[in-house]
This record gives sequence, structure tokens and C-alpha cells, in this order.
Amino acid sequence: MTTPNDIHALSGAYAVDALDDIERASFERHLAECAECRAEVASLREASALLAETTDTAPPAALRDRVLADITKVRPLPPEIPETHPVRSRRGHGRGARLLAAAAAVVVLGGGAAAVWQQPWQDGTSEAPSATEAVLSAPDARSTSLDFPGGASATVTHSDSLGQAVIVTEKMPPPPEGKVYQLWLDQPGEGMVSAGLMPVKADQKVLLTGDAASATGAGITVEPEGGSTSPTSAPIALFDFGAKA
Amino acid sequence: MDHLRPVDSGSPSDDGEPGSEPGPAADLADLLRRAGRADEAAFARLYDATSSRVFGLALRVVRDPAQAEEVTQEAFLEIWRTAGRFDEDKGSPYAWILTITHRKAVDRVRSAEASTRRDTTYHQGNQPIDHDTTAEAVQASLEARRVRGALKTLTDVQQEAIGLAYFGGYTHTEVATMLDLPVGTAKTRIRDGLIRLRDALGVGS
Repeated sequence: MTTPNDIHALSGAYAVDALDDIERASFERHLAECAECRAEVASLREASALLAETTDTAPPAALRDRVLADITKVRPLPPEIPETHPVRSRRGHGRGARLLAAAAAVVVLGGGAAAVWQQPWQDGTSEAPSATEAVLSAPDARSTSLDFPGGASATVTHSDSLGQAVIVTEKMPPPPEGKVYQLWLDQPGEGMVSAGLMPVKADQKVLLTGDAASATGAGITVEPEGGSTSPTSAPIALFDFGAKA
Repeated sequence: MDHLRPVDSGSPSDDGEPGSEPGPAADLADLLRRAGRADEAAFARLYDATSSRVFGLALRVVRDPAQAEEVTQEAFLEIWRTAGRFDEDKGSPYAWILTITHRKAVDRVRSAEASTRRDTTYHQGNQPIDHDTTAEAVQASLEARRVRGALKTLTDVQQEAIGLAYFGGYTHTEVATMLDLPVGTAKTRIRDGLIRLRDALGVGS
């Protein structure tokens, strides 16, 4: 039996959307790390979906035309994980965790709370713009883009010759109150190494600190204010740098 | 620059799936996959195969037929938009489709306007809480009968809690209050009931 405070006990209520927004957000963070709960939620959703068999009702015929007209105006989203991104499991975050993390990002990104300005690059602000431009225009620049639910997107461009990477974001909502977006470089043998905090600004270009040439990828996590020395939550985005030349 | 973002195939009839269209019973997973590649014909067939399930659930949750139509429309648009992200390894097409539908329906009833209306109804009625127990459902399909049979293996409290949560769109905290359960126990009833239902129906592992 589970205790009332046991977060695992929320799996059933989560499966039938019976959590309030705050509970849902915290349970989704838990889900990203708990394979057992993921499997349980999936199985309980199979069960609850069957409940809808008792309510079958044909919709009005006109609805079909409206739906089919609607979809002509909307582009299907690309698959969540670009096929050029091999699954990595260094930190135990497999594909499922990543998908769930992306699901959690819906909540995180939808939060819309005010946040504190973070500027870990204060000493380098004057040269940062030219450094970012240099990476973006480098002959060997390679980019990986991710779209978030809600219309935000992020693109990481890295140049092996310059050993640097830049993240460009669009329409990025502020992180939840008291949290920051932290950038990471995935370094072979070391795992995720902090690459700085992202300033709170919807559209921006930020140079990642650290050696992008040795890194195999980059990630974004939501961390407590001030950042963390290693990720404390599942990434909301992972960018694979692909095979080294 | 080497943009790695996959580009969708664009044209609805892209690379000409071998002319032989699968029969009407083409599996939903396949239709979803093709919808994810912007195949509008496949999506139309997906709609035909699933719309009564989607609309029926939306109607049951939001009650108002006009709003149920809107929820259905929103749900199918979302299904179209995210079809490429459906992963058969993680669940059945119906579970995926109805999860989207249910979430949209619940969001709708929890919006301020709807909740005001509902609260009024609740406080007026108060005694016979709008028991959305599935026993009242009228459908008589074989599957529906099987589901109702499985529901009978649940305790009354489990049935009521699941009905209020799934068909009523109430949070577990609200369900606890409505059923006079100690705070925090409704979620346990919901979970235990769903587990029993799942095992009785032999679905989802």
C-alpha cells in the first residue's frame, strides 16, 4: 500500500487527468525518472481508454468536414527525435525519458512565471556577439533544431574548428519561478558538464561555455536559481552533435 | 548549414504508398503513421474509424453537444499535428487518441466558465451528486458490455471515483470531497480501481 505522500500513488489520477496543474507538473517530473510509473501510467491509460467504449456516440456529419478542413491548414510536427540523433543512455535517459521530458516541457514551458535575470557571461558580453556570429557563420557549422510544444524552438549550432557552440532560441517562455534554464555539453567520459545559464529572454543567441569540439551533444535542463553542478532534472531538450568528422 | 531537422514530406500523396489501399480495417497505428506524413486521406479514415469514440467521450465529459463538437475538433487537430509522434511501443492508438481527447475535454470543463456552471449545478443538486458511474451508460456493444462487466468487479467507491474522475473531469481532491473520502484517498481508489479494471480486461501489460 502506498502512503498518501507517495508520489507513485498519483499514477492512476494522472492517467485519468485527475491531477491539478501543480500535481501534474510534479508528477511529470517524477515520470521522467521512474520507468515503473511510466509503464503503470501507460497500462492504466489502456484501461481507461476502454471506458470510452461505453459512451460511443456518432458525431454530426458536418463535424467531419470541419475537421478535415482544419487539418489542411496545419503542418504535422516532425517526429520528436530526429533520426539523426542516436539514443544515448549515459545518464540513464533513454528515448522514453526524453519523450517524457519533452512532455514535461509542456508544463515547464507553459508555466509563464516571472524569473530572475541570469547573466553568467557578464565579463564577456562585449565579445559574445561576435563570438556567436563566428560560430554561426563558421564553414563547418552544424545545427540541430528542436521545436517545443507551444511554438518555442531552439537551435544549437556548433563548430568543431572553433570548438564552440551557440544556442539560438525563439519564443522561449520564461522558466518557472525560482528556476533557470541551464545549458550543458555532453562530454565523453564526463557526462553533462555545465555550459552556463540561459538569460531569460524569449529570443536570443547564447554562446555555450566549454569545448564544443569534444562534446557529443548539448542539453537544456530546468534547474534551481543559480544553476547546478550537474543536471538535477531530466533534460527538456537534447541536441546530438552527431558523428565526429 | 546542415539542418538536421527532419522535413515533412509535404505533399499529401507523397511517395505513393503502393496503390493497394488497405481495407477499411486498416490498423489505426498505420493510419496514424501515415497521418504523421501529412496523408490527409489516411487521416480521414482514421477519423471515420474513431470519431464516435472521440465524440462520445467528449460529450460525456463536457455534456454540451456544441462544446463536445469543439473538443472533438480540437482533439483531432492535435492528433493530426502530433501523429508523427505516436509510438506504438508505448501504447495503443486508441489509448493515445483518447488520452488527447480526454485531456482536451477536461481542460474544457475546468475552464472558469464551465466550472462556474458546474459548481452551481452541484450545489443546487447536492444530494444526488451527478454520479457519472458507467453503469448508466446506454451503449450495448459487446465491448461495452465487457467493460461494464469488468467494472462490476470494482468496489462501489472505486467505480464512483473513477467515474467522477474520468467522465466527470473532477480532480482526485474534488472526488474525495464529493464522496466524503479522507483527503488523499480518492487517488488511491482511482489507482486501485484502474489496476483492477486493467487486469480484468487484460490490457496494458
